[in-house]
Amino acid sequence: MDETRPVKIQVRGLSKVFGKQPKKALELRDQGLKRPEILEKTGQTLGLSDISFDVYEGELLVIMGLSGSGKSTLIRCLNRLIDTTEGEIVIDGENIPTLGEKALLECRRRHFSMVFQNFALFPHRTVQQNAEFGLEIRGVEKSERQSIAHNALKQVGLEGWEDAYPNQLSGGMQQRVGLARALANDASVLLMDEAFSALDPLIRKDMQQELLQLQSKMQKTTVFITHDLDEALNIGDRIVLLKDGEVVQIGTPEEILTKPADDYVRRFIEGVDRSRILTAESAMRPVRTTARDSDGPRTALHRMRDHSIDSIYVTDRDRQLLGLLEADAASRAIEAKAETITDHLTQDFRKVPPDEPLQNLFAMFSEKSYPIAVVDEQQRLLGVVVKGAVLDELARAGEQ
Amino acid sequence: MEITRIPLGSWIESGLTWLTSEYSVVTRGISRVTQAGINSLNDGLMWLPEWALLAIIALLCWKLASTRLAIGAVAGLALIWNLGLWNPMIETLTLVVIATLVAVVIALPVGIAAALSERLYRVIMPVLDFMQTMPAFVYLIPAIPFFGIGSVSAIFATVIFSMPPAIRFTTLGIRQVPTELIEAADAYGATRGQKLFKVQLPLSLPTVMAGINQTIMLALSMVVIAAMIGADGLGSEVWRAIQRLRPGDGFEAGIAVVILAMLLDRLTQSLRKSRRS
Repeated sequence: MDETRPVKIQVRGLSKVFGKQPKKALELRDQGLKRPEILEKTGQTLGLSDISFDVYEGELLVIMGLSGSGKSTLIRCLNRLIDTTEGEIVIDGENIPTLGEKALLECRRRHFSMVFQNFALFPHRTVQQNAEFGLEIRGVEKSERQSIAHNALKQVGLEGWEDAYPNQLSGGMQQRVGLARALANDASVLLMDEAFSALDPLIRKDMQQELLQLQSKMQKTTVFITHDLDEALNIGDRIVLLKDGEVVQIGTPEEILTKPADDYVRRFIEGVDRSRILTAESAMRPVRTTARDSDGPRTALHRMRDHSIDSIYVTDRDRQLLGLLEADAASRAIEAKAETITDHLTQDFRKVPPDEPLQNLFAMFSEKSYPIAVVDEQQRLLGVVVKGAVLDELARAGEQ
Repeated sequence: MEITRIPLGSWIESGLTWLTSEYSVVTRGISRVTQAGINSLNDGLMWLPEWALLAIIALLCWKLASTRLAIGAVAGLALIWNLGLWNPMIETLTLVVIATLVAVVIALPVGIAAALSERLYRVIMPVLDFMQTMPAFVYLIPAIPFFGIGSVSAIFATVIFSMPPAIRFTTLGIRQVPTELIEAADAYGATRGQKLFKVQLPLSLPTVMAGINQTIMLALSMVVIAAMIGADGLGSEVWRAIQRLRPGDGFEAGIAVVILAMLLDRLTQSLRKSRRS
């Protein structure tokens, strides 16, 4: 995507061998042997092999792979819960694998917060005390850390639960505490290790949405591990696909779906690739609000504000689509004391018929950020498609 | 050819003799301090009138555990008082308390160290097996040259015999802390000390308390046996009853031991449970 963004973490040539003779295993690897052969010959497990990727400042990077792909190992190498065998992990100029014990502690405190699959909350501490943990470790003064933790809990919607113990909360709420503990710490990178995998599907969707909302507010650099393609497509700015400890493909969700790097990725997204038969109609959502051609600019602007949107589709009384009114244009119309909005519409948006293949919609999104209008033959507005819905629909098809 | 018998016993004896003569200053020092501790605790408990101590224990049971235990404690202690075994009971209690204190003070750091170091763990576990399976009486024999006949030797043997569960449970408790929680502490940059005091120890506390409970029980049984080397208390009542062939007296003292044991067990267990909730 945009390689000009500042890089937060740079991973280069990272390998990890589990066993006592890592050198031997890496030699065989360099001779072109794969994981099973190396295991057979040396008894060493090649957990990760020559991994390189960047994490950009402020992005949500998903590392995705099936079990055994090395994704959990990889995330633990980032903050060195697991020691690496070779390679570099550079964060703000510091190479994590070579840090001394003290520098490593300091680096973990400053740079990394972590959210765990099974929450890893401390059962002997209250919700509040759990949220304070990272700050307490760093020696932040009590009153200060209390107020920071309190705010973090508020952010994740757990106000009023401060004095409860983790075992009194549901799974979803427990993970909110885990998230609050990470947010309160205000480290520069958030590591999420299968953070939502232990939650049931409905709550999981909610948490994904909330994470996206938080993310749009805070722009925190996040590395998110998952084995679930649906989740990866839904939340990832970019996805790193791992297989048997190697990177198979790095790209945006769209790139992964539309340009799979090899057969493995293709098989992986096979179900998802039903986009050929999926159409705009299947991902379409009803329009929440439209303006009429007879409306004045104030009415139109008011509707946009009500629904927190910055543009609105305008139809006539037969629901025929006339154009799109942007908030800016509406304001100008008000200033110009215009009676109606029809003179201020733009045609600069995309409209598609209901049977448009879903995969064609990707390209359209990169051009314009407006929802795509779905219209029938009489140009009547049937609904809109937003970016997230396309991915959702594809992912759901993949699960079936 | 006849195979020479390995003179294991005489080696051990000469080793012990060497220890006693070389370290007599140390053993005498320990002996004096311990004896002073025993005497002052004994005197303190005996200074209190029977009814006052009874009331204190009942109150403790009621506060920490339940009304039921308080009633049981009153009934049991009243029976001991009535049988005229009050003073021996106090002497036994003193020995148990002091032996347990010493055992726990040694066991906690050793248990923690064994939990954190795999190498130490491998050294300590067989030693604990040895300490626990060696017949308890055997400890009484070297105790005498070290500390002479009497209560100090009894404490020495009791500490050795009763310490292993406290070490084992401490080690177990710390090792049982889920790895995910250790990872969480590490991920947030906790030092070893922070990890130990903020995560590992608090989470292992119920298990550690179970170990201390076991230590108390073992200490009580050993203190009774230690009557054979001149320890005062309920054990010496039993011992006297055996020598005079008076089963009635023996059972009376035995019942007093059982009452004391149940009381200590229930009390420490409730301490463990109340911590957990």
